[in-house]
Amino acid sequence: MSDLLSLTAVAARSALDKKECSASELTAAYLKAIEDTADNNAYVAITADKATDMAKASDARLAKGEGGALEGIPVGVKDMFCTKGVETTASSQILKGFVPTYESTVTSHLWADGAVMLGKLNCDEFAMGSANETSAFGPVTNPWTATNGDLMGKALTPGGSSGGSAAAMAARSCLLAPGTDTGGSIRQPAAFCGMVGLKPTYGRCSRRGIVAFASSLDQAGPITRDVADCALMMTSMAGHDEGDSTSIDAPMPDLMAALSMGIKGMRIGIPDEYTLDGMNPEIVALWEQGRAWLEDAGASCVPVSLPHTQYALPAYYIVAPAEASSNLARYDGVRYGQRVEGATLDEMYAKTRGAGFGDEVKRRILIGTYVLSAGYYDAYYIKAQQVRRLIQQDFLTVFEQVDALLTPSTPTAAFPLGEKMDAVSMFLNDVFTVPANLAGIPAISVPSGLSSDGLPLGLQLIAPALREDTLIRGAAVIEKAAGFDHVATGAAS
Amino acid sequence: MTKNVSPLVEGRTGPWEVIIGLEVHAQVSSEAKLFSGASAAFGAGPNEHVSLVDAAMPGMLPVINRFCVEQAVRTGLGLNAQINLVSVFDRKNYFYADLPQGYQISQFKQPCVGEVSITIPLSDGTSRDIGIERLHLEQDAGKSMHDQHPSKSFIDLNRSGVALMEIVSKPDMRSAEEAAAYVSKLRAIVRFLGTCDGNMEQGSLRADCNVSVRRPGEPLGTRTETKNLNSIRFIAQAINSEVARQIEILEDGGTIVQETRLFDNTTGQTRTMRSKEDAHDYRYFPDPDLLPLKLDAAWVDHIRDTLPELPDALRARLLDQYGLSPYDASLISEDRAVAAYYETAAAGQDAKIVANWMTVELFGALNKMGLDLADSPVKPDQLGKLVGRITDGTISGRIAKDVFALMLENGADPDQVIDEKGFKQVSDTGAIEAMIDAVMAENADKVAEYRGGKDKLFGFFVGQVMKASQGQANPGVVNDLLKQKLDG
Repeated sequence: MSDLLSLTAVAARSALDKKECSASELTAAYLKAIEDTADNNAYVAITADKATDMAKASDARLAKGEGGALEGIPVGVKDMFCTKGVETTASSQILKGFVPTYESTVTSHLWADGAVMLGKLNCDEFAMGSANETSAFGPVTNPWTATNGDLMGKALTPGGSSGGSAAAMAARSCLLAPGTDTGGSIRQPAAFCGMVGLKPTYGRCSRRGIVAFASSLDQAGPITRDVADCALMMTSMAGHDEGDSTSIDAPMPDLMAALSMGIKGMRIGIPDEYTLDGMNPEIVALWEQGRAWLEDAGASCVPVSLPHTQYALPAYYIVAPAEASSNLARYDGVRYGQRVEGATLDEMYAKTRGAGFGDEVKRRILIGTYVLSAGYYDAYYIKAQQVRRLIQQDFLTVFEQVDALLTPSTPTAAFPLGEKMDAVSMFLNDVFTVPANLAGIPAISVPSGLSSDGLPLGLQLIAPALREDTLIRGAAVIEKAAGFDHVATGAAS
Repeated sequence: MTKNVSPLVEGRTGPWEVIIGLEVHAQVSSEAKLFSGASAAFGAGPNEHVSLVDAAMPGMLPVINRFCVEQAVRTGLGLNAQINLVSVFDRKNYFYADLPQGYQISQFKQPCVGEVSITIPLSDGTSRDIGIERLHLEQDAGKSMHDQHPSKSFIDLNRSGVALMEIVSKPDMRSAEEAAAYVSKLRAIVRFLGTCDGNMEQGSLRADCNVSVRRPGEPLGTRTETKNLNSIRFIAQAINSEVARQIEILEDGGTIVQETRLFDNTTGQTRTMRSKEDAHDYRYFPDPDLLPLKLDAAWVDHIRDTLPELPDALRARLLDQYGLSPYDASLISEDRAVAAYYETAAAGQDAKIVANWMTVELFGALNKMGLDLADSPVKPDQLGKLVGRITDGTISGRIAKDVFALMLENGADPDQVIDEKGFKQVSDTGAIEAMIDAVMAENADKVAEYRGGKDKLFGFFVGQVMKASQGQANPGVVNDLLKQKLDG
């Protein structure tokens, strides 16, 4: 076949079955694409030999008619997933040199279904960031560039924290990419890179073997080229795991069937509170367009209210750092990763963590430590948990009236790398994505159009817990109506 | 009788009341650790029992061990405490090299077992009720070894993640004796339940002692906490030395500093470990990796229905069923193995004599031999049989001691020893009469003295006859016949 890189995962999987190409050819094409697009700094490790071996094994299984659902599909893995025998750092200096002896549950599901591992992808350090600029490996460049306006010629962020994953997908240097999403880390970069990104219901994907950021918010999910690939990959990643006490034991609806079910008769809520003061008119217009697409497909859209939305971001920036401050205590230089020697144990800790963590991680550890401290715990942590319950209740109430919610994925398109931004402005990137994490409910970002600058924009659908099928149905409708077939200028070919 | 009056300690300037509260850490008897499948066994080589979870490898998550929860619930039920059907695991955050996660998973706000009180016996025959505030589950930390290398510390994570039950008392104890009795009682209960082996020297059961003193009737004084006492004797020593230290400081006009102290078992004194200023802010919060622990009421009821007999009930039954003295009943009910041994030995025998033989002869001998009851060469049915041979007149009590000594040597059956050694007691009056006649003939002068009024010589004649029989004559028969012949 001439253009292997243009195939979606579903198409490639079909081509493999029809012997139109081999898994080895497909993998070779992607390994070459990785080299061709190396400038974007998406990959932090390339496992070419492993990929070649896995592709060969896939070809052998395909020859016997035993190919799995993802047989021979090349996958790039966010560096938050522990991968057996392959260095795993969470893009942090403190974990440099750490090679797990175990595989995360989610990636082991992908390999069990026949997927091929290409390498590890850059991300914000410990997934803390919205621009992939906090990585110890340096920032990732978005393969998209502005075709109009002030941003022309500037290197743009792919978003974060799954920036390397979304960039590699847009650059066509991998065909599927598992990401992790704590406050929008799958959906925001997917939106910035013109990809589909799904954060499933909390507990759908096992967290076992994923470097923890904020345990009660972290969820793995797929970043894919289209909605069908998303349904395929989500099905593989999910599943109950006794190794994660928060993993849920509930069957996943048939997502492949959901692709073509349409949304006739569905009720879609348009939350009032997601309209921000001074919101970018392009985003408002896209949101309005999305509403029209859904109505054209037979859904009815109604305004709804989620009154506590404005408190989501502040609550998130207390809960997530609190959990992170405790989760990151294990990186102490005693057992693995980097150590900087000191005269005393305390000095060794201080030097190791001082040298090992970047500024954003340190900032969040400090915030988290502060909000859990005696005297502040009730005012911050407890209050944030109360707010979180109110936000959950908002969603429960609204889902009594509607099947899903439609919102923009992000307040802006991708912004330039290195743009001087204070921490709070950076946090605002997550304003539309954070509530779903706080409530533990599934949400998807679908590429829906280009900004006047020529950059991708996404729409977000949010559904009740366990209703990933609703998301896939709605996303498929938006995808078809939007007809988004643009390819990043920096994509391999 | 329950005692309500506090024992007071007399200082130079007047009496002091001692206030003691204990936190007992009891290691849950379980094959596996609290949140990982690794072995919880004692005595392996360093770091041989460490899973990825115990070493806090990135992305590794705790999963509760249902059996450990069952053991905690069983302990709570054994204490007759309230079982909380919903409890929550929190993280207690602090940095230490042998704490791999950087936090200990414990139950802070919502423990699995709530309030109760237990009755402890005191040496003067009275008893006291001691309140227990809570029992909760938590993980143990690893062990730092500072003596293995001149400049490095080594870490052994075998204990990391082992399940502990922390049993927190109210500040209800008023003397070292009460504290010791309280720990003994707790230990007996967990041992009967099989929820903790109670081996203090191996660290399976250890106590932190909170001690303060005050003038009677005044508000509580400042307390100190002495950590990690791993014997009942050390608990008593640490309390007594701490009480003496505090009283001396106060009587000299000083103040007590709230601090954590360590007990040095070579000096019997406590010393400062860290002061309040260095105290950790543990930043407790609910562990987001674990869901709240929810127990099924029917499951709890099932555990309650299958509880074994506990020390108090056993002691009452020993008093009632066997007519034992309170002392023997207490001694035998302290340990389920002791009680089981006793009940087997006493079956069909004179229960009081069996108790006496067990607590005096058997325990004395085992103590000397350095053996546990489980390793006793004399099995319970053999001890029972030996007592049977005394009560049926086959051997005398004195001969029984010789038989017992031989049984201890080779574990032989008492009947076999009696037969082989010809220890059978002579009750044949003809044979004994002949021996008496011979003794009287040999000691005609003493017979005359006796008959002249020197009654005390009776014992001499008994001794001579017993000697002539090589101890095998039935002393009762000897007594009767001698009396007849001498007085006749």
